[in-house]
Amino acid sequence: MVKPVLKLENLSSFIGAFHIVQGVSLDVFPGEAVVILGRNGAGKTTTLRTIMGLLRVAGGVIELAGETILGLPAHQVARRGVGYVPEDCIVFNFLTVKENLQIAMRKADKETYARQSYALDLFPDLKKAYSRYAATLSGGQRQMLAIARVLQNDNKIILIDEPSKGLAPIIVERVGEALITMKNSCTLILVEQNFPLACAVGDRYYILNGGRSVHSGHVTELANDVQLQNRFLSIGA
Amino acid sequence: MDTFLILLVNGLADASLIFLMAAGLSIILGMMGVLNFAHGTMFLWGGYTSVWIMARTGSFWLGALGAVAVGALMGLVFERLFVRPAYGKVTAQILITLGLMIVFTDLARLLWGATPLPALRPAVLDGMVAVGGVRIAEYRIFLIIIGVLVAIGIHALINRTRIGMVMRAGVQSPEMVQALGIDISRYFTLVFAGGAALAALGGALYVPLVGSVWSGMGMENQILAFIVVVVGGMGSFIGTAAGSLLLGLMGTFVAWFFPPAAVVANVLLMAVVLVWKPAGLFGLEGK
Repeated sequence: MVKPVLKLENLSSFIGAFHIVQGVSLDVFPGEAVVILGRNGAGKTTTLRTIMGLLRVAGGVIELAGETILGLPAHQVARRGVGYVPEDCIVFNFLTVKENLQIAMRKADKETYARQSYALDLFPDLKKAYSRYAATLSGGQRQMLAIARVLQNDNKIILIDEPSKGLAPIIVERVGEALITMKNSCTLILVEQNFPLACAVGDRYYILNGGRSVHSGHVTELANDVQLQNRFLSIGA
Repeated sequence: MDTFLILLVNGLADASLIFLMAAGLSIILGMMGVLNFAHGTMFLWGGYTSVWIMARTGSFWLGALGAVAVGALMGLVFERLFVRPAYGKVTAQILITLGLMIVFTDLARLLWGATPLPALRPAVLDGMVAVGGVRIAEYRIFLIIIGVLVAIGIHALINRTRIGMVMRAGVQSPEMVQALGIDISRYFTLVFAGGAALAALGGALYVPLVGSVWSGMGMENQILAFIVVVVGGMGSFIGTAAGSLLLGLMGTFVAWFFPPAAVVANVLLMAVVLVWKPAGLFGLEGK
């Protein structure tokens, strides 16, 4: 039986005094792209930040390839093979594109450079802007850089938080194409409010509501179930 | 013209000393988000350490080296024991670092007494040199050279090394640096100790300029460093250098041409910059 790359069981975490994630369970299997959906405030971003070790965990299970990573600090979670593309695509303004890639390299071996080259082929804009400071990049280019940064490492799983947020439709299309390409070589968790993009990239979905995982299934089923969309996502409303 | 040249050299020498103290403070505040009111303590202990070593060995250079070592060690211990538990807790940082400032200032007073101790310039730098017909203290030129060398060194460190890359990234988002697999706490310790060592060097070089070391000089000079950080923008190397130059030169010229405004001028400058650019001249908006 195939073991999940990432397993969450009844995960619970806080932001300050607020109990945001109150019971999220999910499995992500090798090669899968799992989308996490839900209304604003459902706990999607907080779930990713909790997996990354950026928030205080109150309880539950987080296993990466069968080993617990619960309570580990973020740098150790990343070193164990979790790539993270945060909401608002934080890239370092005072570093060039080249340096933004360099700082994120966990190893400086041939394989890493080969993956970096693949990432730059996926986002040719970054090649042209290689020596420019990230502060001068457009919103789309920043998102591409944030994704390229994790692609160059040998990750067991990549967590991507709302890559389409604040981007022009044409750029969303390009980011979507890149995510679909990535899917062939990576295991992904994608948090996305853009439903068509989520459907295009995802294999399976989990819906969060009130900090709990309340529904899951195959994305194609959700795409055809207007009632479910209305109930949890308000898409058809 | 002669007066202008003398004031210029004096201002640049003062700017060098202010820069040594403010550089560490700025990066500690910008990268680590720590309001370090104990920074002046390193300046103070740098001054006392250098005088103490010089009195025993007769070597100014050994004194300066010892000051740097003591400053770095104090920074290391302060960060590990007292500052680390207070990351993200501004009130705790203020109370803890202010407490450290008071305790270590009193400790210095206990060890070396309340009376100012004389601090001598090294014989090799105790003379005057003629520049364009004007006689200028060699020690002030030495301070300017040290300031420039340290600035070049820090600039190279920030722009040409991995440590510098992490520092530049950390100023914007330490959390994101961490999420990329980098243990930023190690860099925090390094930055804190490095900043403390620079402040201690500043203290060691300052006392021969004014001729004595006394227990109140840490707090007095720390205020200047904070003004530089506010004016230049926290975490910005260029901002710290520009702020130090501005304060050093302005302080000297105002004190000469309009002495009653010498103290007010710095605070006034800070107020104007805060109104005009709240993040400082070269600061990162939103930090």
